[in-house]
Amino acid sequence: MDLLAFFDIAVLDGTVRLGVPLLLACLAGLFSERAGIFDIGLEGKMLISAFLAAGVSFTTGSVWLGLIAGIMASVVLSLLHGLASITFRGNQLISGVAINFFASGITVVAAQAWFGEGGRTPSLSGAARFESIQFPGALTRIRDIAKADLPMKVYSELLSGHTIIVYLCILIVPFVWWTLYRTRFGLRLRAVGENPGAVDTAGISVYRMRYSAVIICGVLCGLAGAYLSTGLQAGFVREMTAGRGYIALAALIFAKWRPWQALGATMLFGYLQALAIRPDILERAIGIRVQTQVLDALPYVLTVIVLAGFVGKAIPPRAGGEAYVKER
Amino acid sequence: MQKMPNWADVVLVPVLSLVLAAIISAIVILAIGHNPIDALGIMVKGALGNSANVSYTLYYATNFIFTGLAVAVAYHARMFNIGGEGQAYIGGLGAALACLYIPWPHWTLALIGGGVAAAVFGAAWAAIPAYLQAKRGSHIVITTIMFNYMAYPLLNFLLNGPIKAGGMEPATPSFAEAMHLPNLSAILGAVGISFSDRGPANFALIIALLACVFVWALIWKTKLGYETRAFGESESAAKYAGIKPTKIIMIAMLISGGLAGMMAINNVMGEAERLVLNAVEGAGFIGIAVALMGRNHPVGILIAAILFGILYQGGAELSAELRIPREMVTVIQALVILFTGALDNMVRMPIEKLFVAFGRKGAN
Repeated sequence: MDLLAFFDIAVLDGTVRLGVPLLLACLAGLFSERAGIFDIGLEGKMLISAFLAAGVSFTTGSVWLGLIAGIMASVVLSLLHGLASITFRGNQLISGVAINFFASGITVVAAQAWFGEGGRTPSLSGAARFESIQFPGALTRIRDIAKADLPMKVYSELLSGHTIIVYLCILIVPFVWWTLYRTRFGLRLRAVGENPGAVDTAGISVYRMRYSAVIICGVLCGLAGAYLSTGLQAGFVREMTAGRGYIALAALIFAKWRPWQALGATMLFGYLQALAIRPDILERAIGIRVQTQVLDALPYVLTVIVLAGFVGKAIPPRAGGEAYVKER
Repeated sequence: MQKMPNWADVVLVPVLSLVLAAIISAIVILAIGHNPIDALGIMVKGALGNSANVSYTLYYATNFIFTGLAVAVAYHARMFNIGGEGQAYIGGLGAALACLYIPWPHWTLALIGGGVAAAVFGAAWAAIPAYLQAKRGSHIVITTIMFNYMAYPLLNFLLNGPIKAGGMEPATPSFAEAMHLPNLSAILGAVGISFSDRGPANFALIIALLACVFVWALIWKTKLGYETRAFGESESAAKYAGIKPTKIIMIAMLISGGLAGMMAINNVMGEAERLVLNAVEGAGFIGIAVALMGRNHPVGILIAAILFGILYQGGAELSAELRIPREMVTVIQALVILFTGALDNMVRMPIEKLFVAFGRKGAN
């Protein structure tokens, strides 16, 4: 037993890398659901963004153009979700399911037609990818890092060497918190998810508020997806989101629809994912071999426990999932 | 007030939704540089061209009947069961355990034993989400998704460890010869119809048809079915009528999970004759599209399941001949769900307006 191994720097570093897309998707869901629009289509929006970001980055050689393309694709799907669930008052869950399947299929079909490599994009390199940013004085070679002392290890591996999106993420949680709780927009957004009738009475358009929320959700999902294919990995492969949209949804419930808690929940799930790819470290930490499948299942088990109300009650926004019908 | 006649609701709206889905699918095929008419021809020929192809089509349709019925039964109680995929995985586990560890002397007994085990395992996988929804208000959609994601690691673990056959593949050993279900060619041969024995369609098709009858009788001919529909229409009204929500949610979800689990009769017992890791192949999710398209009625589901069987088998030919990936079927499936489910009002509202307008003219 070596409990300190749980805090292995490589695992913590992996936590950040794997937690960031979860965090972005989770905050995306937070905006949408706080405005009363359930969104189980986070997965599909991330996937289509991951694909288009990688495809456009490869074709143009610019990762920034790729990022814009990815975000736009994600927002288009968001608007479709809005059309179905806000304008046509359809079932939001069914709409989300449709969006996930659509993204899952179209990315492979389009990738095959575009690149002919069996549903993937070619590998990205150079300016077609978000490069990791090295802090001044940080060690980059694995052998040097292994020999360094602890503060240097933390500095070189955990703090340094991430992509720009990861560093932007540090600012995003306080920004979301401030937007939600300290701005007029945030107040209206939360109100529209709890009592849209009251918001309407105050002369504010429920539809416009909900559409704004859905668009923000699309932008954040787009960012998360683009990070997957152009930051975390170098290219798109089929189904590369691998359920992250659902884990983000789980984290959102775990966090009870609040931004700081969302950071905690996504980092916890990111940590579990990072641990799942390093079974050797887990074995060192607790002394017995744990099946990786247990770690694969753990985020979902935790979520069900939370949903069951054993760790406090998770109450969703009151008007969530219901279309608003304006009185005439 | 009746806004439009029944036939418009049951036939016109779904058909128009499907036409819209077909148009968008055609645009996608055009966009990737193929001719949609040619693609349709290849799909139809690949799905119905000869009796071996028909056998594949019916085999897939059998899967979709089970999962479609599963979604529909839950839907009548206003439960959206997205967990059919996981329930079918676990149902497969039940069927495999029953067939591996009990030496059934004859396939009819294996069918009963394995089928019951599949249904019980599937129902058990739906039971926890159902209980949490009924007792603690945890949203069924989220919990069933979570259970889908738990089913896969569980099978991955079992098939790589405790119930793994020798060799590299994560799969159980094959079931004993005596338990193999007769295929469609043997069944049709018995009544004098010759049918190719190269396809996977098997006795499970008959069980699926019986399941359609069972669900129809259950929902429309029993007290329980009446209570379920009443609950689905209005929870508060049902409560006033003395219908217990917990009971309805639990029973509807258990039957739903059981039906999804029974898909294992077809894919595990009938076709593979062992349990492989990727046994369900998304059929649980296609059940959602099938139920929506079939308007949650067994007859509609039967038709929709066969249509999706054609799509699925035709899609395989499409990828072989035109190198359009099989995922094209997923796109079509998504469009069907979108137009018949989420955007239903987009199609329905203009038609309702038309009928109201014409109805007024008729009255004057």
